[in-house]
Amino acid sequence: MGPMNALVNWIDERFPLTSTFKQHLSEYYAPKNFNFWYFFGALSLLVLVIQIVTGIFLTMHYKPDADQAFASVEYIMRDVPWGWLIRYVHSTGASMFFLVVYLHMFRALLYGSYRKPRELLWILGMLIYLCLMAEAFFGYLLPWGQMSYWGAQVIVNLFAAVPFIGPDLAVWIRGDYVVSDATLNRFFAFHVIAVPLVLLGLVAAHILALHEVGSNNPDGIEIKKKKDPATGVPLDGIPFHPYYTVKDTFGVAVFLAVFTAIVFFAPEMGGYFLEHNNFVPADPLKTPAHIAPVWYFTPFYSILRAVPPMFGSQFPGVLAMGAAVVIMFLLPWLDRSPVKSIRYRGSLYKWALALFVVAFLVLGYLGTKPTNVWGQFGPWLGGADRATVVARVFTIVYFLFFVLMPWYTRVDKTKPEPERVTS
Amino acid sequence: MADNIEQIGSNQATGAGGDSGGASVDKNRRRTLIAWTGAAGAVAGIGIAVPFVMSMFPSERARAAGAPVEVDLSKIEPGMMITEEWRGKPVWVLHRTDGMIERVPRTDDVVADPGSRQPMQPDYARNELRSIKPNYLVLVGICTHLGCSPSQKLEVGEASGLGADWNGGFFCPCHGSKFDLAGRVFKGAPAPSNLEVPPHTYLSDTRLLIGEDSKRG
Repeated sequence: MGPMNALVNWIDERFPLTSTFKQHLSEYYAPKNFNFWYFFGALSLLVLVIQIVTGIFLTMHYKPDADQAFASVEYIMRDVPWGWLIRYVHSTGASMFFLVVYLHMFRALLYGSYRKPRELLWILGMLIYLCLMAEAFFGYLLPWGQMSYWGAQVIVNLFAAVPFIGPDLAVWIRGDYVVSDATLNRFFAFHVIAVPLVLLGLVAAHILALHEVGSNNPDGIEIKKKKDPATGVPLDGIPFHPYYTVKDTFGVAVFLAVFTAIVFFAPEMGGYFLEHNNFVPADPLKTPAHIAPVWYFTPFYSILRAVPPMFGSQFPGVLAMGAAVVIMFLLPWLDRSPVKSIRYRGSLYKWALALFVVAFLVLGYLGTKPTNVWGQFGPWLGGADRATVVARVFTIVYFLFFVLMPWYTRVDKTKPEPERVTS
Repeated sequence: MADNIEQIGSNQATGAGGDSGGASVDKNRRRTLIAWTGAAGAVAGIGIAVPFVMSMFPSERARAAGAPVEVDLSKIEPGMMITEEWRGKPVWVLHRTDGMIERVPRTDDVVADPGSRQPMQPDYARNELRSIKPNYLVLVGICTHLGCSPSQKLEVGEASGLGADWNGGFFCPCHGSKFDLAGRVFKGAPAPSNLEVPPHTYLSDTRLLIGEDSKRG
């Protein structure tokens, strides 16, 4: 026995090293028919690591103080050696995190990955998504630019719309009567420690839940139903390591090529990743002419704007925006189809999903623009903003995708699922 | 671990119930004890949370920063508007011309709350022009929708960029809410109520104090 084996043995007697490696990698059997869509789970883990590492190094130079925050970010960009790179990787990472997570979630919609027995896996994933939104929101205030400031102002004021306790709640969140130094300081605490701790715990739980039930696959059938009687290994399963570690390494290489190209050549992404107004220091007395959240929040922001005030309160809009996120938690119980994968579903689901994607993208686009971007309708519609009317229509489409799902998934003409996975 | 608990439980049961043989466990008693222990823990947890939750409210320093602000009105030409900072918020003081005052009633039909029924102003400013003196309009320059600061659109007609029938007022760039020259919100705007008139009082003809009601009543 070589010294290396001896060391591993020594550890194994004191810590489950080899058994953990086997359980989660070399003897975790994943379906052999994973395709392109199965890159994005591993990639989101990669971006999480990138964000944590770059975030730690940014913290070494950043000052969470209303008088110094903006200047300290400029200091990082100009004076800190390689500071520009670390900061651009962090800011690009934020957008790329949402991109891969949205693709990861879309994969679940394609192949029914949220269905039994993966309901808890889906809910844990949704909680991760909520944490990610909180993390992005808190982080966006830190550069203390105009968009940081007014974005936070708008979002915190959403809580002020809650009946009865709203105004006090907003003061409590801000720690002041307006967004101020107190707000910046606490958002820093949430961004660098509170939310990341919860996020890491949820990610661990998400992976444990996945490895308990096993991965879904593009055919949406359970590989655990057909096992080799001698070994108990699923006939359509292959060990995650080395097969998918190698596949994911290739995915990581391609992803990083795109990622670094953005960092080096288009870190602001034309104002979508870093908004132009955020290069102006926060001014509590002057709102920028056009204010919009970063692209990954805009579908929900569009829904907020689309709902008109009712009973002298804008709470219904806030409620609709919240519902747009919360309703996704219910997917495992809304879907009544006998099959999971889109490969065996009928045309009804395909149309519904296509419409949903269009609605999500159009709402996302409109959320980045002022409501008068497409001009106004004529007097026949009371001169209403075209963009607002379109946003209202697609808000309804967005919700109908979920509300009608129990119906259209049940009546849809499905094809029979195969016994074994196809290629 | 579970065995230990079982052991302790049965010992207690034996001790309490005499010579019942050691095997019988008073499940009810155990459940009650667990429930009370849990409840006590929950109460303690809430108690411990209080200082943390309360620490997030505005500090004494932040509270003290809300002192009133004095404005010298003689520096504001008719038709001009200045912005002062009070409690960290922009407060506008608009010196309305006689023409502006005449134009306010023209928007009565298009604003949502022409009579200022919602309590967005102190009682002494609950009138047609929403002000103490007709010529001076004092408003918190924060949109009642989501807290952006509306921009001045004091020009009339096409020059304002808001159409030929625009009578002058304010336009919120965030979500398009419109307000007239008395800070009254237009119907159909995302903002649910008129712009807020802060407490204010005149110390003399040219000295305005923002943030305090008149002490003389």
